[in-house]
Amino acid sequence: MGRYLRLLAVQFRASAAVAMQYRVEFLVEGALALFWTGWSLVPLLVVYGSREAVAGWSFDEALVVMGWFTLMKGVLEGAVNPSLTTVVEHIRKGTLDFVLLKPADAQFLVSTAKFEPWRIIDVLGGLVIFAVAFHRMGRLPEAGGILAACLLFAAATVILYSLWIIVVAAAFFVVKVDNLSFLFVSIYDAARWPASVFRGALRVIFTFVVPLAVMTTFPAEALLGRLAAPRALVIAAGAVAFAGLARAVWLRSIARYTSASS
Amino acid sequence: MPRTLRAIPTLLKVGFAEAVAYRAEMVVWLLSTNMPLVMLALWTAVARDAPVGRFGQRDFVAYYLATLVVRLLTGAWVIWELNYEIRQGTLAFRLLRPVHPLLAYAAENLSALPVRMLVSLPIALGALLVVGRDRLTGDPLLLALFPVTVLGAWLITFLAMAIIGALAFWIDQAGSLFEIWLGLFGVFSGYLVPLELFPHWVATAARFLPFRYMLAFPVEMIIGMTPRPAALAELAIQWTFVAALALGARGAWALGLRRFAAFGG
Repeated sequence: MGRYLRLLAVQFRASAAVAMQYRVEFLVEGALALFWTGWSLVPLLVVYGSREAVAGWSFDEALVVMGWFTLMKGVLEGAVNPSLTTVVEHIRKGTLDFVLLKPADAQFLVSTAKFEPWRIIDVLGGLVIFAVAFHRMGRLPEAGGILAACLLFAAATVILYSLWIIVVAAAFFVVKVDNLSFLFVSIYDAARWPASVFRGALRVIFTFVVPLAVMTTFPAEALLGRLAAPRALVIAAGAVAFAGLARAVWLRSIARYTSASS
Repeated sequence: MPRTLRAIPTLLKVGFAEAVAYRAEMVVWLLSTNMPLVMLALWTAVARDAPVGRFGQRDFVAYYLATLVVRLLTGAWVIWELNYEIRQGTLAFRLLRPVHPLLAYAAENLSALPVRMLVSLPIALGALLVVGRDRLTGDPLLLALFPVTVLGAWLITFLAMAIIGALAFWIDQAGSLFEIWLGLFGVFSGYLVPLELFPHWVATAARFLPFRYMLAFPVEMIIGMTPRPAALAELAIQWTFVAALALGARGAWALGLRRFAAFGG
């Protein structure tokens, strides 16, 4: 365990060193992230310009969902997406062999291969949105709510990561999955709205196929103190089970891996 | 010039064959144009009790399905190709051919249209069935002009991409610049929210920007929200933008090529 923590630190330092080399990019990407965070509030403002509440969510409450959306986006694009895009590239070129030869778990190595530290701006943006939302409501989230929200945040990250691992495992069979990741990001965009807005087919997709509700709506409800504790625990258990499934899929796919280079 | 003209059918055929060969990829790309459906779900939820402005639930359905169709028909991806080819130096191969590269890109992008239509026509017909015949404009002239407006919208999309892509001759961040363009597009084209529902000054500003003519103009025209005189005036503005951007693309391209140096190859 200690060995893997040390490895994680090494991988992270390497990513940070790479990121430091591109300081102008840091500024450009940072400015872009701020631009997008501000810009993504525009539809929200227009919608609530004409209504007090939509599908049972007031403006301030929807703002909390938006905060989670921004925060999770930072996690997705800073910690999950870059590494796993690298794996797809490895599989396509056949250089995954070099990763497999290393004396550590391959899934661990590929999923920590690359971080984009400047995505922290998105995470901070999410926290600022929380602060604004709760300031407007004139109250603070309760301790229990914060605890449940943190638990759900961990669960959401695990689910996001597991989904990604399964997509990557698909790369062993169909190779060209980089546009699948694009598709996923475009679907994730819907997570900025409270899940109860959606009905019918979209609701089924966003609950079971791509569990967007778990990623933004449930943590927001927890933070607002509207989510019962048992439900949070069920979701967390579900996340763990899903991670197990992803691990099994990964192991099966890697067993079938035949290098593309030789 | 006649030589170029003779090359076009072949270029289109090659592009079409490519679109068919990578059909699975194409479907994934088309699926990722799902924003109008999400916004559709959102706005119909908002309009459940009472209309917003002059938009009732069925108006939102008509608006966003038309948006989806226009967006699918006017898709272009030349910026990514340009960016990649300029950086990798593979643009050199294109320069060797006796056809202007922009024309070749245009042919490639256009020839994917039949496959895209295969997806968007069922949506259009379905939309017509769901929202009813009266949500379509009753003006036969405007109906006939719809393909022209879609072509204009596609040309603006393509030429703007070509100009921003040509910036890769000078700077490394052309991709980031395009992201800002996309952000502006999302708001000022009526892609996310119908322009009417914005505060007045946004809608006014949008009339002076190219984005509106890439999407909102054909959409509003086909669902019968624009009367004939206004539609004709906007058509004139749209094609003025097309002409200006065409000149701009040619200029940017000619200047950029002087700076181009292919490595490797």
